[in-house]
Order: sequence, then structure tokens, then C-alpha cells
Amino acid sequence: MAKALHRLANPARFLRIASPLLPWIAAGAAVCSGAGLWFGLVDSPPDYQQGDAARIMYVHVPAAWNALAGYAGLAIASAVALVWRHPLALVAARCIAPVGACFTVIAIATGSIWGHPMWGTWWVWDARLTSVVVLLFLYLGYIALLQAFDEQETGERAATVLALIGAVNLPVIKFSVDWWNTLHQPASILRFGGPSIDPAMLLPLMLMAGGFTLLFAYLVIIRMQTELARRRVMALRRAALAVSQPNDA
Amino acid sequence: MTFFRAVVERDLKLYMRGVVDLIGVWMFFGIAIAMLPLSIGPDPDILSRIAPGAAWAIALLASMLSLERVFAPDQLDGSLDLLLLHAPSPHVLVLAKSFAHWLVTGLPFVVLAPVAAIALGMEVRGVLPLAGALLIGTPALSLIGTLGAALTAPLRRGGILAALIVLPQTIPVLIFGTAAVSETLMGRDPGAHFSVLGAFTLAALALAPYAGNAALRAVRS
Repeated sequence: MAKALHRLANPARFLRIASPLLPWIAAGAAVCSGAGLWFGLVDSPPDYQQGDAARIMYVHVPAAWNALAGYAGLAIASAVALVWRHPLALVAARCIAPVGACFTVIAIATGSIWGHPMWGTWWVWDARLTSVVVLLFLYLGYIALLQAFDEQETGERAATVLALIGAVNLPVIKFSVDWWNTLHQPASILRFGGPSIDPAMLLPLMLMAGGFTLLFAYLVIIRMQTELARRRVMALRRAALAVSQPNDA
Repeated sequence: MTFFRAVVERDLKLYMRGVVDLIGVWMFFGIAIAMLPLSIGPDPDILSRIAPGAAWAIALLASMLSLERVFAPDQLDGSLDLLLLHAPSPHVLVLAKSFAHWLVTGLPFVVLAPVAAIALGMEVRGVLPLAGALLIGTPALSLIGTLGAALTAPLRRGGILAALIVLPQTIPVLIFGTAAVSETLMGRDPGAHFSVLGAFTLAALALAPYAGNAALRAVRS
């Protein structure tokens, strides 16, 4: 495991592996989401209670799953970066954060749009909703700290520590918020999903989940490619500057 | 231990040199409390219901105001290097810094917040639970706040950023700190809430020195 990680630490090798995979990931994301959208919007029955509005679920749930999985990925990448001084893990972490934050915003926005016809309100301070808002602030805090330093590397190291503090504390926050909500609102509001879901709805949901996950991976890899290319450009520029002005360098 | 004491005494002295800033923090608390009836309305029913929670939330916000002064000045003038050089271990320094921060922006709210809550109409029997919850919970705020201060130590205007990254981490303190008071006011046994609050503070006490050390090393190397 550690050995495989180390082999991936070389950016050139990472790019050699990731770049050919990228079109396949993109195609997979397009096919899965396309099929998921078709099954979800056209070829599945409207919910007997919620009508067509239930179809928002096919975007909302995969976005929320990916928002959570994204933070897990961020924490794992940060841990790898801190423990093994893995340079690529730092790049991965900084590239995951904005994508995860976007998926969190999508989850919140679609949830709100769904909540308005279903619950009659755009927002309730339900435990899950509140947790997702906290998750968004964790993402934003990570990005803000990452960007706050003049030296990119310092920002990355600081943000790594913050991501790990957040990862340790996140279960406690989640527990507190769940508990807080049961105290203040004993009658739980309508929850969708539930233990049983019709297969006609499960298929598009799973397809969309797969499609969103692939889309997440696609966006992260493309951001990592861009970041690595940018670093290379900066390194070359510095080298060129050192050659042209040897006294200043 | 002597090092711990020396750092706490030094920090307190420095806080007292800039006592205007500290008074500013306490005044912020008072003004924010006074703004509540003005914005929410003078209805005693609503105000008495929100009083303990409002006092807690505003005390939490106020304690974030001075995070800028925990590590940033020492980092700027180089004394942080000397402190780390002389510390028996960096963890002791983190603990001492948290403790000094708690003495000036945690402990005062143990007294101020119940007074403010009474002013908002909280029943008098809520005073002791509120003060107790603050006494147990605010050390965790200073410990977590110190981590934010360490992560932003080299930044010129790191105070707001420190508060921004620290506040989500303090949610458990706020939830169980206010619940302990409201449970008492509703005539139920708040013991479990005090226990969870204390557990969180102890966990912060155990983990914050390591996280603080990692944070300092991350931003200073």
C-alpha cells in the first residue's frame, strides 16, 4: 500500500497513468449520468406522494454523497501528505476541496428546491441540513486557509493540519447536531428515501451516483493536471530567470 | 511547570499592556447582548427563552476576537522562536498559550454571561448552570481557538480567518453548553450534558497540544 503510494508520488508517473484514463472517466460519467437522467426523468414513475418533485432526488442524493465522500478524500489525502510527506497528496487535497464545496452547494440548493414544495419551506434546521451546512463551512475554511499564505507550500501544510482537525472533530460535530435536533424537534420532519425504495427509482439513483462520482474524479484529476502543469511552468520560469539574471537569483 | 507559569505570566502581562483590546472584547460582548432586544424586540417571553443561548453564542464569538494576539505578535517579533527553543516541549507552550487566552477571554464570560442572561430575562436558577457550563466549556474554546491562532500565526491579518476556521469546530461546545442550561430551566437533570461538555473539553485538552504543535510546525518551517 505504502509502496504503491510512493510510486504514485512521482507527478510524471501519475500523469502517465491518469491522463489516458481521463477520457474513459469522462465517458463513463457522461454515459452513467445520461442513462440515469433518462431513467430518472422519463422512464420512472413519479412518487405516489411527492409527484414529479421527487425526481430532484436523482441529483440531490448523489451530490450529497459525493460532498461527504469528498471530505473523506480530503482528509485521507491530507493524512497521507502529513505522514509520508507525499507531494502529490497535497496536490490532490487542494484540488478536491473546491469540487467538494461545489457538490455541497449543489446538495444544499437542490434540497432547498425540493423542500419548498414538499415541506412548504425553503429551509428547516433539521439535523442533516445543518450538518451539511457545517460541512460547507469546513470546506470553505480549508480553502480560505489554503489561499491565505503568500507561499503556496505553507498554505498547503496549514490547510492539511486543519483538514485533519476537522476530520477528527467531524463525527463529534455530527453527533452533537443529531442530538441537538432530537432535543429541539422531537417530531422528525418528513424524510425521503427510507429503508425501502422502488427498484424503478433505485436504478436511476445508482446510475446518477456512479455518474456523479466519476464526474467528481474527472474534475479532480483535471484540476490536478492543471496544477502540476502550473507548477512546472513556474519552475521553468524561475530557472529561466536564474539563467538570465544570475546575480539576483 | 516553571516554563508553563512563565509563559502564562508573560502573556498575561502582554495582554494587560494592551488592556484596551481586552476591554474591547468584553465591551463587544455587552454591546452585542444589548443589540438583541433592539433587533428582536422587547418581548420578555422571547428574550427570556433565548437568553442562555444568546449569552453562550455571543461569548463564543467574543472569545474569537482576540485569537490574533495568541501567536501572531510572537511570530512577528521572533519571540516565538525563542519560546519554542526554551520550551521543554512545544506542547507545553501550546497549553500555556491556551490557558493565558482562557484567563482573559474565557474566565471573564463565566461571570459576564450569566449577568447578561439575567438582563435578558433568564430565570435566576439558570445562573449557576450557565456559569458552570461556561466554566467547563470555555477552556475547549480557547484550546481549539489556539489551534486556529497557530495555523494563522504568520499572517498579518489572521484574526478573522482564525475565527472562521475555528467556529465550526466549536459547535459541540455550543450545543451541549446551552442544552445543559435549558435542561435545568425545564426542570430536567442536566448531568449528562455537563458530562458530554466535560468530555469534549478533556478530549480537546488531550489532543490540542499535538495538533497545535503540528500547526506551528506546518506554518513556520
